[in-house]
Amino acid sequence: MFNAKIYVTLRESILDPAGKAAEATLQNLGYKGASKLRIGKYITMAVQADSLEAAAAQVDEICQKLLANNVMEDYSFDIE
Amino acid sequence: MKFAIIIFPGTSCEEDVLHAVQGAGHQAEYVWHSEASPTALDTYDAVILPGGASHGNYLRSGSMAAQANIIPALHKANEAGKPILGICNGFQILTEAGLLPGGFLPNESMRFICKPTEIKVENAATTFTNKYAQGQTITLPIAHAHGNYYADDTTLAELQANNQIIFTYNQNPNGSQKNIAGITNKAGNILGLMPHPERAVDKLLGSEDGLGLFKSIN
Amino acid sequence: MIKEPTPQEIEAGKIYATMGMSDGEFQMVKDILGRLPNYTELGLFSVMWSEHCSYKNSKVLLRGFPTKGERVLQGPGEGAGIVDIGDGQAVVFKIESHNHPSAVEPFQAAATGVGGIVRDVFSMGARPIASLNSLRFGELDNARTKYLFTEVVAGIASYGNSLGVPTVGGEIYFDPCYAGNPLCNAMCVGLINHEDIQKGVARGEGNTVMYVGADTGRDGIHGATFASEELTEETEKQRPDVQAGDPYLEKLLLEACLEVVKHPALVGIQDMGAAGLISSSCEMASKAGMGMEMYLDQVPQRDAGMTPYEMMLSESQERMLLVIEKGREDEIRQIFARYGLVAVDVGKVTSDKYMRLFHKGQVVAEVPADALASQAPEYNKPRREAEYYKEFQQIEAKLAPIADYNATLLALLRQPSIASKQWAYQQFDYQVRTSTVVPPGSDAAVVRVKGKNKALAMTTDCNSRYVYLDPFVGGQIAVAESARNIVASGGKPLAVTDNLNFGSPENPEIFWQMEQSIKGISDACLVLDTPVIGGNVSMYNERSGKAIYPTPTIGMVGLVEDLAHITTQHFKADGDLIYIIGETKPEYGGSELQKMQLQGEIEGRPPVIDMQVEKASQDAMLAAIKAGLVASAHDISEGGAAVALAEALFTQADAKLGADVDMALADHAMLFAESQSRFVLSVKPANQGAFEGLVPAAKLVGKVNASGQLKVAVNGVAALTLDVKMMQESWEMAIPCLLKSEE
Repeated sequence: MFNAKIYVTLRESILDPAGKAAEATLQNLGYKGASKLRIGKYITMAVQADSLEAAAAQVDEICQKLLANNVMEDYSFDIE
Repeated sequence: MKFAIIIFPGTSCEEDVLHAVQGAGHQAEYVWHSEASPTALDTYDAVILPGGASHGNYLRSGSMAAQANIIPALHKANEAGKPILGICNGFQILTEAGLLPGGFLPNESMRFICKPTEIKVENAATTFTNKYAQGQTITLPIAHAHGNYYADDTTLAELQANNQIIFTYNQNPNGSQKNIAGITNKAGNILGLMPHPERAVDKLLGSEDGLGLFKSIN
Repeated sequence: MIKEPTPQEIEAGKIYATMGMSDGEFQMVKDILGRLPNYTELGLFSVMWSEHCSYKNSKVLLRGFPTKGERVLQGPGEGAGIVDIGDGQAVVFKIESHNHPSAVEPFQAAATGVGGIVRDVFSMGARPIASLNSLRFGELDNARTKYLFTEVVAGIASYGNSLGVPTVGGEIYFDPCYAGNPLCNAMCVGLINHEDIQKGVARGEGNTVMYVGADTGRDGIHGATFASEELTEETEKQRPDVQAGDPYLEKLLLEACLEVVKHPALVGIQDMGAAGLISSSCEMASKAGMGMEMYLDQVPQRDAGMTPYEMMLSESQERMLLVIEKGREDEIRQIFARYGLVAVDVGKVTSDKYMRLFHKGQVVAEVPADALASQAPEYNKPRREAEYYKEFQQIEAKLAPIADYNATLLALLRQPSIASKQWAYQQFDYQVRTSTVVPPGSDAAVVRVKGKNKALAMTTDCNSRYVYLDPFVGGQIAVAESARNIVASGGKPLAVTDNLNFGSPENPEIFWQMEQSIKGISDACLVLDTPVIGGNVSMYNERSGKAIYPTPTIGMVGLVEDLAHITTQHFKADGDLIYIIGETKPEYGGSELQKMQLQGEIEGRPPVIDMQVEKASQDAMLAAIKAGLVASAHDISEGGAAVALAEALFTQADAKLGADVDMALADHAMLFAESQSRFVLSVKPANQGAFEGLVPAAKLVGKVNASGQLKVAVNGVAALTLDVKMMQESWEMAIPCLLKSEE
């Protein structure tokens, strides 16, 4: 059994309305130094596989197929 | 014409679409998302993916419905060149399923928006818009939280070059690129749009402007 | 896991007191059982005997409501009330509060409030066709209130929109008295064919008890008890986790249950609402005169190691309890499976009238079902006429001289309680199901009944300032105004559901407020022939010892007998004649004008109401609408005739229409008086004769024109002239501006 920590983020070039809204709130709260706020998703998952490589291949496929939208999002993951 | 109206878990506009399609003189039946046979849509002439919140719109709007058992049959219907219409969540599902380009971000206001909007018919020479005049402004309601259409510059340029941008907002309500409200695929047999034409087929409810879309499909 | 106290420890340490149970009540439990209760049993009694579940403090007053009527198919006592609307169809509706959780976790509280009331309606077998919300907050002048308002609206939107049930109307008021204790009342309206009506009963010995929906977690344990206590700084920290809602699961449950209710193997069905599994199970058993055995190891659990106490009291959302004919469980299971839901057998119906709970092979509770469900103690709390009321009765409401009538009207239109609520309702999908003929923003929402030439008009209403100044009169007005909204929309008022939001009943003056307002509501309901078919009581709406204004919110549904009768408040055409029905008096107590002048305070007496006059006004209005003589109709309420006239000119696309009005009044200020039983309406010139013949009491006051201006004179002397477009902008932008401004 392997545990994966998956990070899904909006591509840098894409406007992030949620991040923008949160950043504006921070500005209102007085955190003038806070900037470049981007909101992504953090997903944890357990996978059954024979090896770390096989597990990683499976997680990669899952990310492409469902967890990330290839049009707008990037993903990365840690696995152990 | 006989329409298939696909119901996903969480779909809620199926009755409204049925009513509109029948009002335009067509026949229609519901088809359940779990139909796994690739021939499930063979007996239908056209397919509609109605709005709602399929799978609660969890993860991303439309992402899980795009993995439903019925999707291979939808691809087959596309290959046969049948008209396929995705409304609101149905549009989102079509992009997630790779049948239309682009994707969706949250509305710029970060709030759900429900209101009538003025829509310009940018291309009246399609399967879905031939009952409208080129450049005509129609009023259709929108009701969505993730209607902010996104595509990269190359894709947008292609959409424009091929006249695939079918509907645009006169006043952009959600931040969508190029004011896009609806697009077709390159072949022109698939239309996705965020506004709800099925909510504008009855004078009693304020507008009949959506009826033309259902009547165009023939 | 924390070890539960023994029965002896419970008694010696008075542990029951921490669950809100009195010494006397504990003695009653001992007498019923003939022994000391164990910890689980104590928990069952404490929630079932809480005010929220048993109405032990309010029952004595609630009995005063008229509940019977020719059309009433189901009165109070089930998930929701039911009223016949002809053609073998009926309307099902109820209102319910989620006040206390809203002060703590507003988004989830509002969301689950919608979920709960929708379940109440579909558990009767009805298709939910519309929701409404009655919301009250403090003034929008601080970050906390803005947060509560924004989140409550977002929570309602998130849940209701996902479900595909249109949120078509309601009301939003702002007043300093709600600053620490906002009110969040949700109403759901459903449509049903008579033969599909279900009841929550556990009949038939040996029949199977089934559980379907979300897993049971530790959320909301003692939520019902929490709702029965005052909010303090402490309770905010102590309270259990607020339940989180899953609208997707609710949508699946809704569709599946509406299939199941048509299945002959279904015996009874009930939502697991407040006090979750225990309230649904013991109520179903008690109503049928039966008992129930439950096998708690079968209950789907989200958290590991849950105790029987936790499982029975959990208020996890989106769960239903069903009783199914023995041997036919699989037929029902298959329906749920189609929606991806797992229905589990968790018990069976017995004939010995006992609730008997098994866990890990042992009986962990054994209590008479009736004792829990229907034998809670009843109290007749002391009540006393409020001191402030005696004072107010003697005070003539003072009015500061008005220098500038234009400025006053604009200021009133910017008062958040009067201002456009578009900012909120644009976040609600009010159109799904394509039946919303009159969307939010007119007097009542109107939803058509597809396939028939009829519609349902629906509204929620309560001016709590009037109720505070005079609870009896305020109660009457709440009902009268609801009915006026229905009538102005072209409907005949059918029945009422009420949400009684009050402070602590331990305070005799508050209990008096409740008694008087219930009497006022009952009186008005009798005159208007709108029986009370159900409702909800929410007490202890206080913060740091200060109670909210008494707020008995009225939810009302009316029948529009012909789609041609549907009428909105907006003037329609240049040249139409403007009439006012009803008499205008110099009444300012509790008015929006008084509140504005006194910076949030109110005093004096509310407007008087004569229910016979009210009935006559409404009958005349409805008769004229039905005769096809009325172009627009609008109830005159907060802000008086001036505001009503302005509102009748709003929401035109091009702001072209205007109006020229001259009213005969003793004083210019009466333009803002809030006298009752009044309508402002418009009539096509061609219908003048017919209308005046039918409603001779209506006064012709002016004309709709194409000036784009509202001009109002009093006794021929100009009082105000305002540009419609400018007024509308002030009215529309008031709430968005308040939300944007920093503190």
